[in-house]
Amino acid sequence: MIAGISIYEILTVTSILFFIGVYGFITRKNLISILMSVELILNSTVINFVVINKYLYPDMLQGVYFSIFIIAVAAAETALAVSIIINLYRQIASVEVKDTEIMKY
Amino acid sequence: MEKIIFYILALIIIVFAIASVTSKKMLRSVIYLLFVLCGIAGIYFLIDYNFLAAIQLTVYAGGIIVLIIFSVVLVHHIDLELELAKTSKQLLVGLACLIGLGVFLTTIYSHPFNVVENSITTTTEDIGLGLLSYETGGFILPFEVISVLLLASMIGAIVIAKGKKLDESQKSEVESIEKK
Repeated sequence: MIAGISIYEILTVTSILFFIGVYGFITRKNLISILMSVELILNSTVINFVVINKYLYPDMLQGVYFSIFIIAVAAAETALAVSIIINLYRQIASVEVKDTEIMKY
Repeated sequence: MEKIIFYILALIIIVFAIASVTSKKMLRSVIYLLFVLCGIAGIYFLIDYNFLAAIQLTVYAGGIIVLIIFSVVLVHHIDLELELAKTSKQLLVGLACLIGLGVFLTTIYSHPFNVVENSITTTTEDIGLGLLSYETGGFILPFEVISVLLLASMIGAIVIAKGKKLDESQKSEVESIEKK
């Protein structure tokens, strides 16, 4: 654990990061920007897992395993989302949310 | 000393996260996201999970950011200005987020965590043995499932990104919708 830093301060930072991600997710109008906001949200939850594992249950590693799985799922999700965005751009030449009202293939 | 480093990292993370969701230039906002991810890796180093920090740097800063930059460059002009939401909507969403943050913080600060003082260092060996153990509390099954998931998503990404172009009838359909 970090000397002199309580768990409350780290949880405050991650909560702020989470809500910055939510703000970006709602206000952005571009698919790639929305994807980046999702990354912010996922990262804040990963820090929460790690910090709670380290501060409350230091002799176990479950939080670390869960964060590894979250990172793996996030990587898979990003790869799929980028490929969908590129395919969408080839079909309608735009990645704005308002242009993607038809998802019929 | 660690205290000062933590505060600097927290400042970097929050300032660059705000810059990342409000910047008008696409590529700059991706680079700000890269700084946020590096700051988070710094926090992992501070709380002594070196393996996790290495994963964060390689997978996020090395892989995902490069993938997003790749898609930005493929899809946009490099100096494209993003369209921003209306000011009223921005204020409304900001207010809702602040309310949510207030709820989170009051809940966190009113909860008594019983923190265990420790300075245990976790080695990569412990993490690897736990991931591969098949006894109670082992993670061998999720570990295998996640590898299958990664393989499936990789194949899916290739199949989707290959795609096929629209034929003429679909193209005219799309154009008629765009004219509306």
